[in-house]
Amino acid sequence: MRILIVDDFSTMRRIIKNLLRELGFNNTIEADDGQTALPKLRTGGIDFLITDWNMPGMSGIDLLRTIRADNNLKSLPVLMVTAEAKREQIVEAAQAGVNGYVIKPFTAATLEEKINKIFERLGNE
Amino acid sequence: MIESTPARLKRLEQARALVVALESGDDERVNDLIQDIGQVQESVLFQEICKLTRQLHDALTSFYLDERLTRLTQNDIPDARERLNYVITMTEQAANTTLNAVEELLPMVRSQSDRIAALKEDWRRFRVREMSVDEFRELSHTIALHFDESENQLEQIHERLTQVLMAQDFQDLTGQIIRRVINLVKDLEGSMVDMIRLSGGSGALPLPDTTEQAQLQIQPQPVPLHGPAVPGLDNDAVNNQDDVDSLLSSLGF
Repeated sequence: MRILIVDDFSTMRRIIKNLLRELGFNNTIEADDGQTALPKLRTGGIDFLITDWNMPGMSGIDLLRTIRADNNLKSLPVLMVTAEAKREQIVEAAQAGVNGYVIKPFTAATLEEKINKIFERLGNE
Repeated sequence: MIESTPARLKRLEQARALVVALESGDDERVNDLIQDIGQVQESVLFQEICKLTRQLHDALTSFYLDERLTRLTQNDIPDARERLNYVITMTEQAANTTLNAVEELLPMVRSQSDRIAALKEDWRRFRVREMSVDEFRELSHTIALHFDESENQLEQIHERLTQVLMAQDFQDLTGQIIRRVINLVKDLEGSMVDMIRLSGGSGALPLPDTTEQAQLQIQPQPVPLHGPAVPGLDNDAVNNQDDVDSLLSSLGF
């Protein structure tokens, strides 16, 4: 299981990376916005994406839309972890095809729960 | 003392001609001359109107600037002040969470190392057969207790370390808020520079160079994203993860 973490703040990437390691996911890579994430995704081998929304360059929502429009990537599970808390934004992300939405600040338990839920649902499909 | 500018000389000439025409009773000539003199006055009037129009235009522009400054000072600055207060609260919380965890961790680590030092000494005595059977029974009991305590304490240490890890999320959240406030300050600076330029008139202050001017023009850009929700300010934002979950489940998630 290889997970790509996309966030413009390196402290947040480190927090998520450490939490994932605690959950047994040791294989993670990082990118600081959508633009740097896309080539990594297109190289292949990434099974799960955790992304922020508000980033310079390419935002998380644009990255999500690009992924869903790309035949090779469209089924990639995407968990959004963001401080964007407006209702219409959550609806927008859902419509763009996000698999889960975690609001910052979050707890280790929330992150684990949402990741597990996504895998559970994917397993049932 | 009177300067003989061409305009003055021309008027003098017109006046003399007018006197001559009046004295000779040439009414037609008199009318022509009066009309010529009037034209000069009309062009002076025209210049005055131009000047007034220009002033009106400047006044209207500065009125727009007033609006911008009013919006900034009445809404955006108090809003930024609240957001910065929230930054203080968040950094304080993060520091307290971290310090609390460390204050609890240090005695735990200390008691572990004290216990291990005592056990190590007992173990050495056992290995060199300095220990009686009764003492060994006691040691065996202590070791079993140590395992239980260590297991429990390591779990607590793990929990505290996770707290310290999670507390660092303030850097991301406050960073986003501070970036927004920096943009606001830039916007305010732009408005003030424009204001000074207008009220000071041309040449009163050196004008900003063209690149800076170009930046000022694009500056009041709308903030496309909302960033971290600040309690009491962002009322249409969800409050917590439970709100997000129920919103998403209402959408069929």
